[in-house]
Amino acid sequence: MSEVKQSAAVDYSQFPDARGHFGQYGGRFVSETLMPALDELEQMYNRLKDDPDFQQEFDRDLAHYVGRPSPLYYAERWSERLGGARIYLKREDLNHTGAHKVNNTIGQALLAKYSGKTRIIAETGAGQHGVASATVAARLGLKCEVYMGAEDVKRQSLNVYRMKLLGATVHAVESGSKTLKDAMNEAMRDWVTNVDDTFYIIGTVAGPHPYPQLVRDFQCVIGREAREQCLQQTGRLPDALVACVGGGSNAIGLFHPFLTDESVQIYGVEAGGYGVETGKHAAPLNDGIPGVLHGNRTYLMEDEDGQIIETHSVSAGLDYPGVGPEHAWLKDIGRANYVAINDDEAMEAFRTLTRVEGIMPALESSHALAYAAKLAPTMDKDQIIIVNLSGRGDKDILTVAAIDGIEV
Amino acid sequence: MGNRITTTLEALRQQGRKALVTYIVNGDPVPQATLVTMHAMVDAGVDIIELGVPFSDPMAEGPVIALGHERALANKTSLRSTLALVKQFRETNSTTPVVLMGYANPVERMGYAAFATQAQAAGVDGLLTVDLPPEEAEELNAELKAVGIENIFLLAPTTTDARASHIVSLAGGFLYYVSLKGVTGAGHLDVGSVATKLGHLRQLTSLPICVGFGIKDAESAKAIAASADGAVVGSLLVGRMGQLAGESAETIAAAVVELIKPIRAGLDELSG
Ligand SMILES: Cc1ncc(COP(=O)(O)O)c(C=O)c1O
Repeated sequence: MSEVKQSAAVDYSQFPDARGHFGQYGGRFVSETLMPALDELEQMYNRLKDDPDFQQEFDRDLAHYVGRPSPLYYAERWSERLGGARIYLKREDLNHTGAHKVNNTIGQALLAKYSGKTRIIAETGAGQHGVASATVAARLGLKCEVYMGAEDVKRQSLNVYRMKLLGATVHAVESGSKTLKDAMNEAMRDWVTNVDDTFYIIGTVAGPHPYPQLVRDFQCVIGREAREQCLQQTGRLPDALVACVGGGSNAIGLFHPFLTDESVQIYGVEAGGYGVETGKHAAPLNDGIPGVLHGNRTYLMEDEDGQIIETHSVSAGLDYPGVGPEHAWLKDIGRANYVAINDDEAMEAFRTLTRVEGIMPALESSHALAYAAKLAPTMDKDQIIIVNLSGRGDKDILTVAAIDGIEV
Repeated sequence: MGNRITTTLEALRQQGRKALVTYIVNGDPVPQATLVTMHAMVDAGVDIIELGVPFSDPMAEGPVIALGHERALANKTSLRSTLALVKQFRETNSTTPVVLMGYANPVERMGYAAFATQAQAAGVDGLLTVDLPPEEAEELNAELKAVGIENIFLLAPTTTDARASHIVSLAGGFLYYVSLKGVTGAGHLDVGSVATKLGHLRQLTSLPICVGFGIKDAESAKAIAASADGAVVGSLLVGRMGQLAGESAETIAAAVVELIKPIRAGLDELSG
């Protein structure tokens, strides 16, 4: 546990810089038509983020609509079985709509309201961000259209129906690999066409500046609460943080408030799919190289010609060839470690937590749990791990049943 | 040697003619069609060829050109094979400007310096990178400038005056005005607002301005070119080529020429 390579001199609050860069990552790589809209969004966000009224409105919604703070729960029985560090679960699964995604959509819905735009679009992988977007749109009476890869529409059909019940239109995207990256392409095409009246709610800490920054800021409530709760319950800081990384929003939300706590080890868990060595995975920080996609420079899964390659993960929310630029930077400067967990390991963690703690985690979150289960036995009993339980597993029941060969 | 783009557009200006710029995707619908079609387009009066470099995630393209990218990738087309193709084109054509149009990542992967050297050696005249706005283009600009390749920038209906002033100060060759808010091949072209915007841009720059996105026949090309220096036609050609995937290169090229002829004639009615 002594491998923290953090350079003490880094002032994390200064990132991204004025042009949206985290070191060489991030930035704003979009067509000219969208540049002015991003400038506008950035200016509005810079004005509102320090506005006490805006913050109060955000906090009020998080408290009374989302149900925050979410508990920090000591998974005692599971920890004892593993025979090492004490594992605490940050219960984002208990949020309204069932995942951390809603923290961000509440924030961006407020921005949409202030911007006067009348229509919301979103991309979604697992459907959690789509549901969270449809939810805030319903509450504000805004029109909502969600782009979702046709493959994901199939494997997350429960969420598709939830979005429809909430009044959203769901577009199944048939191009490319028919997953999250293609949904994002299609959402960008919609935005460039309807930029005058449309607010694009990006669901993770990726995309062009200022999205990686504002999504992070909205998700940081996770880490701020967890830090305070941990100090309150245990009298000390955790020794390690573990969160799954798709685009990286639940992870950065947990990690960011701890970045300056040098004693805290940070682990982001990518989707290892069939195994990083097979090439069939979604782990760009483990097995990718820097490039440009979806408006930012970051680690990507691509071939030698710079074409983005198809990813695989049992979990739709992690099935993405890129990752938020701040994670790319945290990897390079050595402040966070990025590891991978395979499909079968995640499935096992899903089953274990369900049986041992009576908590059914999302398959995305199960990747973080599986890594914590490896890490805990290597640590002392008086050490503490916080795992971000980013969402609940109800949406994944059909996937799990299919793997078990059961028709529900 | 001066850049072919500038030479060509200057000659057209002196003749009082409008530039016809055509876009096809390298390797689409079959690899052997591209070279034949390029030469046939030149013979049919095309002034500048925009050669699409296919990308797995062509975010700015409408469905027609996005499918062209998919077909080209299925045919194993890459940035490298595109440079090789331009070199082949130059074996028998040393005058028609070729502008590569694509996305940042394949160029990033090759490396800016390596790309600039190889593109120059192949005979490329310009590069239009849809997702590389001036804010992110400094490094690539410097490499391109060093080898005399023009970085062609986009201007859009949403571009503010302040941005436009900055962009024209970096631009060379010509400016590409995106005629509408939307993706390539969109159907909501507004000729009046294009003319107004171009009138405005003319006060900021003396560079030629070509207009693209949404031009689909002689009539729309003529209407747009009345206020522009050139018209760009893309989706119309890529859509037709996609229908002919099973045909010979010559048949595909002939079909493209059939589409181009009336547009060339329409533009030439504006001469004088
Ligand atoms: C429950 C849950 N966790 C994690 C993710 C991955 O996203 P991110 O890495 O942005 O947190 C998703 C995405 O759909 C999700 O639904």
